[in-house]
Amino acid sequence: MEYEAVIGLEVHAELSTKSKIFCSCTTEFGGQPNTHCCPICLGMPGTLPVLNRKAVEYAIKAGLATNCTISLFTKQDRKNYFYPDLPKGYQISQYDLPLCKDGYVEIETENGKKKIRINRIHIEEDAGKLVHSEHGNYSFVDYNRTGVPLIEIVSEPDISSAAEAKAYLEKLKAILQFIGVSDCKMEEGSLRADVNISVRPKGSKQLGERTEMKNLNSFRAVYRAIEAEVARQIEVIKSGGVIHRETRRWDDARGESYPMRSKEDAQDYRYFPEPDLPPLIIKKELIERLKNELPELPDTRKQRYISEYGLPEYDAGVLTSSKELSDFFDEAAKVSTNVKAVSNWVMGDMLRILNERNLEVSQVPFPPAYLAKLVALLDKGVINGPTAKKVFEEMFDTGKDPETIVKEQGLEVLNDESLLLQVVEKVIQENPNSVADYKKGKKKAIGFLVGQAMKATKGKANPQLINELLIKKLEG
Amino acid sequence: MKLHEYTISQLHDLISKREISVPELTRYMLDRIESLDSKLECYITVTEKQALEQAEKVQKMIDQGTITSPLAGIPMGIKDNICTRGIPTTCASKMLSNFVPPYDAHVVKKLYDNGAVLLGKLNMDEFAMGSSTESSHFKKTKNPWDTERVPGGSSGGSAAAVAAGEAIYALGSDTGGSIRQPASFCGCVGLKPTYGLVSRFGLVAYASSLDQIGPLTKTVTDCALVLNAIAGHDPMDLTSSRRQHPDYTKALVNDVKGLKIGLPREFIDDSVQKDIRDAVLNAVKVFSDLGAQCEEISIPIMEYVVPTYYIIALAEASSNLARYDGVKFGYRAANPKDMLDFCMRSRSEGFGTEVKRRILLGTYVLSSGYYDAYYKKALKARTIITREFNKAFEKYDIIIGPVSPTTAYRIGEKINDPVQMYMEDIFTVPVNIAGLPAISIPCGFDSQSMPIGLQIIGKRFDETTIIRAAYTFEQNTDFHKARPSLNE
Repeated sequence: MEYEAVIGLEVHAELSTKSKIFCSCTTEFGGQPNTHCCPICLGMPGTLPVLNRKAVEYAIKAGLATNCTISLFTKQDRKNYFYPDLPKGYQISQYDLPLCKDGYVEIETENGKKKIRINRIHIEEDAGKLVHSEHGNYSFVDYNRTGVPLIEIVSEPDISSAAEAKAYLEKLKAILQFIGVSDCKMEEGSLRADVNISVRPKGSKQLGERTEMKNLNSFRAVYRAIEAEVARQIEVIKSGGVIHRETRRWDDARGESYPMRSKEDAQDYRYFPEPDLPPLIIKKELIERLKNELPELPDTRKQRYISEYGLPEYDAGVLTSSKELSDFFDEAAKVSTNVKAVSNWVMGDMLRILNERNLEVSQVPFPPAYLAKLVALLDKGVINGPTAKKVFEEMFDTGKDPETIVKEQGLEVLNDESLLLQVVEKVIQENPNSVADYKKGKKKAIGFLVGQAMKATKGKANPQLINELLIKKLEG
Repeated sequence: MKLHEYTISQLHDLISKREISVPELTRYMLDRIESLDSKLECYITVTEKQALEQAEKVQKMIDQGTITSPLAGIPMGIKDNICTRGIPTTCASKMLSNFVPPYDAHVVKKLYDNGAVLLGKLNMDEFAMGSSTESSHFKKTKNPWDTERVPGGSSGGSAAAVAAGEAIYALGSDTGGSIRQPASFCGCVGLKPTYGLVSRFGLVAYASSLDQIGPLTKTVTDCALVLNAIAGHDPMDLTSSRRQHPDYTKALVNDVKGLKIGLPREFIDDSVQKDIRDAVLNAVKVFSDLGAQCEEISIPIMEYVVPTYYIIALAEASSNLARYDGVKFGYRAANPKDMLDFCMRSRSEGFGTEVKRRILLGTYVLSSGYYDAYYKKALKARTIITREFNKAFEKYDIIIGPVSPTTAYRIGEKINDPVQMYMEDIFTVPVNIAGLPAISIPCGFDSQSMPIGLQIIGKRFDETTIIRAAYTFEQNTDFHKARPSLNE
């Protein structure tokens, strides 16, 4: 019997507004505990929430960018429960009339494009953070995060594998970053995901019992957790057991999950409409204006790269996975005659260096046009491949123009035939064995001789020319 | 006449004429509180130092001509559920006995801007839940007319202080009658504004869709003066109206000719104490003789107003009071075993019985399986109640009736029958449900010489008409001139 997985994701993204959703405290990450708070976000007696307009606009943009219908009448509701990180004893969220509904996002799978439907997107306030003491029976509460605006994006259970879940998350992250409503940094908590997983016999229309997985702090954890849970559920069912609806906590270090609390004893949140906040009537003009403010979305840009620049689908996909990266590429491509080369440099050496040096694209110390220049230098043959790589690293070190670097360090390729002829003659003289090998028929021995010549010229020689001259000399 | 017997306008006059200084007046009032309050127990906190400092400051501003408000230099008291920066705001609860807010309520700021002098924070039912001020954690305020009797509630301290001259005026709050009923029990004027006219920022929430802050005063004129100062939009309260409000002193006109008055028959049935019915019918006569047209009307939905009110109010209250968990402020239980124990004991020990009762009821009506039958139904009933009152207001300008089916009862008499006490809110709660303005004015005395209050209900944002009717009644009767003897 073969089983298939049925997966849904609940994603929370912190909106990158300057101030919190109901007060004017800053949403800045970090900061000494309890320094980004005020009586309102602390829920002090007599205080009232005042809705941050920008948060609503950002949420509408997220809905528009994911093909949702924007509700023209929407309201907020209280979700009541007790926890030390929830100052008012309730969270202001949205229950039955969410801001956005019925959208979708497209992902690439091994079987082609797939639509993952979005059930809803709603706005709500974040809670604080608990820090538990290692020894002793106490915990500390930091309320800096209470009241930071969140959007909750709930997908339909259209996802069928860990890979699809990862692709969905990556697509959401790209979209939200592209439209500038969230910086989606899982490590800073501005993007969080909970996963609902169930399995069923392949082809069955009935849904199996689902479990919820929490504590997923990276895309990798999401992937691993889904694989592990699907396997676990299949194992349980195959051995005659039954899946219980429960919440499980993923331990990424151990690579396994364990039950947290049973969803049967699920909290009764006693939702009721928030009496301190009048319902919102969203005007069509606002929706139009926000729609017009949306920049080019990742998928649209990807299509443009394919049609305009003739880039392969995979390359276009990598380049549009992050707005910063693709903006950088766009700027370089605009002033380059060899866009494919630019794209290769960005996807290859640039991403590698960013990774090695732990840099964001925004921290690249030179403008995109310099990359175009580097490519041009290579294309014109002013420098060779290995030199170009060296110059690129130097650009990251100093931020200097590649032309300047090449000039200052005299890195131009040696094309002077008479000079190179001298080098070639010396190399032939100094390496009689390789010469003999070559003359015997080992054509590959020429590689070693080219290498020696490159060494002698400190890598500056034009390797093709060296090769030609060697062959000419050796063949007589 | 003694200083505490003067009205705001009269004192403003004396102050302007330099016949008395603000510090002198303030000192006088503080002395009076000192001599009387151990008996009447109106105040939880007396702010002597701040009052005298404020008095000096305001006097200077008056001398320099930089303040012209009619309220400048007038000493007043504020109900202890309205936040005052740097001054304990306890809501008469053990839960907040050590709570000192770092912010002023919006209305407090407005009064300070008008040169008000704060004498102290006034006693109330715990968290504004009650009709007799007996559930206060600290003390039981006495009715100045008979100290064996309750002053009403929940703004009992405010009403008693005004009636006894321990404050020239006071602020109270009204969710189901908590300004109007104590005003009627203590023989003073109390007004609950239209929902949204006065900002709730800084009012410790009981029921968010019903709460309003309002004035308690000796006369209707004083009431209009205070309302002028506290009304108006507050950007920190999104439920406060953006309407421009009128100058309420322009409503102080002695004329009700042609005014169409409705008296619901449900308001004067046998459940109402006989002398109250008589006083209300007498008021009808007063109005008719002055040219108003009074007619008996019917509001059949009255049968459902009390349960509707209690379901909505208690549901909202159960949520509003969830923040009192001992974590950030307020009472915290000692030596908790774990997080659950910490929260449960802080709340069980910090809240009084009536508060706990209401939180439990409110939680119940919102809980899964009961939400539709109770809370959702109550919201629908609310729409119908509002509709019926609005329908009546298509034909009538004001609706009058008693404030309460009884006058002030003895302390301890009803505290063990909460449902009975809830039922006695019947005439005041529909006003909060429909968000209408209403005023209570003295209209007689019962056979025990206890005050009786007349309630005048108006259309939303039509404080002008109810003030005019109240003022006219006051100008043509003497009930408001009576003062409790206090055995002084």
